[in-house]
Amino acid sequence: MSKFDILISGVGGQGTVLASRLIAAAAINQGCFARTAETIGMSQRGGCVVSHVRIDSQKSGSVIPLRSAHMLIAFELAEAARNIPRLSKKGCCIVNTQVIKPVSASLGNSHYDNNEIIKYIKDNSQEVYFIDGYSLAEKAGNVKAVNVVLLGAATAVGKMPFTKEIMQDAIIKNVPQKFRELNQKAFEMGYEATVKLIIKA
Amino acid sequence: MSKKLLMGNEAIALGAIRAGVNIVTGYPGTPSTEVLETVARNNPGDIYVEWSVNEKSAMEVAAGAAYSGARTMVTMKQVGLNVASDPLMSLAYIGVKGGMVILVADDPGPFSSQTEQDTRHFARYSNLPVLDPSSPEEAYEMIQYAFELSEMVELPVFLRPTTRICHSCATIDLDEKRLEHKIEGFVKDPRWVIFPSLAYKKHIHIEKLQHKLSDIFSDLSFNKVEGKDVRLGVAASGVAYSYVVEALEKLNADVKLFKVGTPYPLPSDVASSFLEELDEVLVFEELDPVVEEEIIMLCASKQQKIRILGKKTGHLPFAGEYTFELVYDALAKYLNIEIEEFENTLAPELPVRQPVLCAGCPHRASFYAVKIAMKSQKAVFTGDIGCYTLGNAKPLDMVDTCLCMGAGITVAQGIKRAQPDTKHIAFIGDSTFFHTGIPGIVNAVYNNTDITVVILDNSTTAMTGHQPHPGTGKTMMNNISEKIDIYGMVKACGVKHIVKGNPLDFNNAVDIIKKAAEYKGPSVVIFEAPCIALFKPPVKYTINENCKNCKKCITDIGCPAISFIDGKVSIEPSLCYGCGLCTNVCPFNAIGGEENE
Repeated sequence: MSKFDILISGVGGQGTVLASRLIAAAAINQGCFARTAETIGMSQRGGCVVSHVRIDSQKSGSVIPLRSAHMLIAFELAEAARNIPRLSKKGCCIVNTQVIKPVSASLGNSHYDNNEIIKYIKDNSQEVYFIDGYSLAEKAGNVKAVNVVLLGAATAVGKMPFTKEIMQDAIIKNVPQKFRELNQKAFEMGYEATVKLIIKA
Repeated sequence: MSKKLLMGNEAIALGAIRAGVNIVTGYPGTPSTEVLETVARNNPGDIYVEWSVNEKSAMEVAAGAAYSGARTMVTMKQVGLNVASDPLMSLAYIGVKGGMVILVADDPGPFSSQTEQDTRHFARYSNLPVLDPSSPEEAYEMIQYAFELSEMVELPVFLRPTTRICHSCATIDLDEKRLEHKIEGFVKDPRWVIFPSLAYKKHIHIEKLQHKLSDIFSDLSFNKVEGKDVRLGVAASGVAYSYVVEALEKLNADVKLFKVGTPYPLPSDVASSFLEELDEVLVFEELDPVVEEEIIMLCASKQQKIRILGKKTGHLPFAGEYTFELVYDALAKYLNIEIEEFENTLAPELPVRQPVLCAGCPHRASFYAVKIAMKSQKAVFTGDIGCYTLGNAKPLDMVDTCLCMGAGITVAQGIKRAQPDTKHIAFIGDSTFFHTGIPGIVNAVYNNTDITVVILDNSTTAMTGHQPHPGTGKTMMNNISEKIDIYGMVKACGVKHIVKGNPLDFNNAVDIIKKAAEYKGPSVVIFEAPCIALFKPPVKYTINENCKNCKKCITDIGCPAISFIDGKVSIEPSLCYGCGLCTNVCPFNAIGGEENE
């Protein structure tokens, strides 16, 4: 197995930590070694959060170096742009188009321009998939399932070092029983939406 | 054996359980908190676990148990060690019988701390050995060894992980076989009483022990010399070692590498064999130049002429977290290897996301009530450590000072003495009140200082992840305990004007503050409303057609659930916690509640 580094970025409260744990769990089930590093503490609800997942990198630190991630899964539009510098030139990125405006932007103390951000993401990544994860999660039954929608999307790209079944299995084993059906549905919806994008491309 | 993805803090906890730890105490503090929580969650049933009222108490409880032969662990973050430093220094002289590990997590960066202070100084200062893990896997091994070492030399032992160890996960081979550690019981002996004559003898004893410890450490695999180059050497400790290994691989370079797992005492034999034939050494370690200084002293004592490069020579920074990139660049320069410059296209201006109080947080209402009540008066607002430190963010802007746990109340008294014509209002949380807030209130009463203390009681220790405390009536052993009444405590301290209120009952909250501020002498307001993480919101609020887009709800209270998107004010339903504070702010009755399903 060759090394595979995945960066997950988003806003506190979106479920990025759980998403990184689920990917790591899938990697371990495949027989790989996994490492993660996460943002925890200091009221991260609403703050920038980043999770690093490194597969088969026993002799490395837990943080993915700049321009080295094979994949970026961004849970929020501006957070995608903020973390593009860690993505490898040959890497791919999955971007949730959802916009979460911080209080600073609503107050007019900071800037949020969707079009500029989208252009920057497109200009700086070779392969990018824009997914409306919020609407898909809403359709699946709960907007909080947006993290699993995006895991479905990331799996559909077909670059992760494990199969779709192993990823699904990790999700089912690690979420509470009463949310299993919701998460399965959310995963499939993210997966299907991305497959459609790939076919179109 | 089983393979599991474990956070460094979880690995430390499970390692301690495997080593037969009997008693674990601590006070929550990022990045250390999950260690104690994981012990409690995986308790086989015979381990006593407590959140103590502060770090000093936690250290003393663990010490007493270790005197009795129990294996004990006390957990805290680096700033917490300052609170526990009094018992620490004496404990180093007294020593222990059962293995005692002092787990102190350092926070380079810092991510969530007042200072970047380096716990390895405390190890040097107190003459206690310190283990410095370079990965979560190594932390799992080190914690188990730490108990053995502690019993061997009858001293407490530091384990000092940093944020990147504590909050990183790794695949760890768990050995589920647990060692059983029998507690012998307390045996009366003059050794437990620190008289001056004993202190003198003990000082001689621990100074001698430093050499023995250095020899013991030279035989450990946590310290080792790798690689070949005989002219250029690199020494690295803690997480910096993992960055060095990764960078050397990427640079395709080979150097003589000294992995330092025990920064104090330095393993002199290993260090000496590393230094042989070297011209230069570059030292990588986060925070202060502890290993760097130890190597300089070793070279000096052997009259070896080797250039030691690092923080003191300006080759590496003192402050901030080390990263792969920083280590990679410094190594390339040191080894004279040319590397590609990192070019980055300029990103568009991105929104700033400062940490803010959660949507629905009752502290927002408390701060806003005080702000409205004090509107036309000169007032200084002293803050403290907890979620409510975030009351400093705009638009609330209600935290003028923040020093350390419990200091908001006493700093207010100092400013009052210097500036008597101003109102002084100190904010403190419920857990911090018990931690070190009470002595400050006693001091205000004793010296009759005219301040108002606002206790923000949300029934939990929110910032570190909702730990119980003496006011919650619950313990970490899942027992129901005596709920210590904050009102009664304040009354017992001698405060004459005490009022309780709900900050979300907004107009009443404003009145309560006005009256407390008018009172001459120390007064206390206790605002009670639970943290949003403790309950499901009964209602959610939405914007109706009365909205004139004046944005007062945004500009006055800065709730993250309310934003201005596509020319309209809206409330994000997944974020609204139904506190209703915004309904008190809106001048047009444009915010209405809907029952939550």
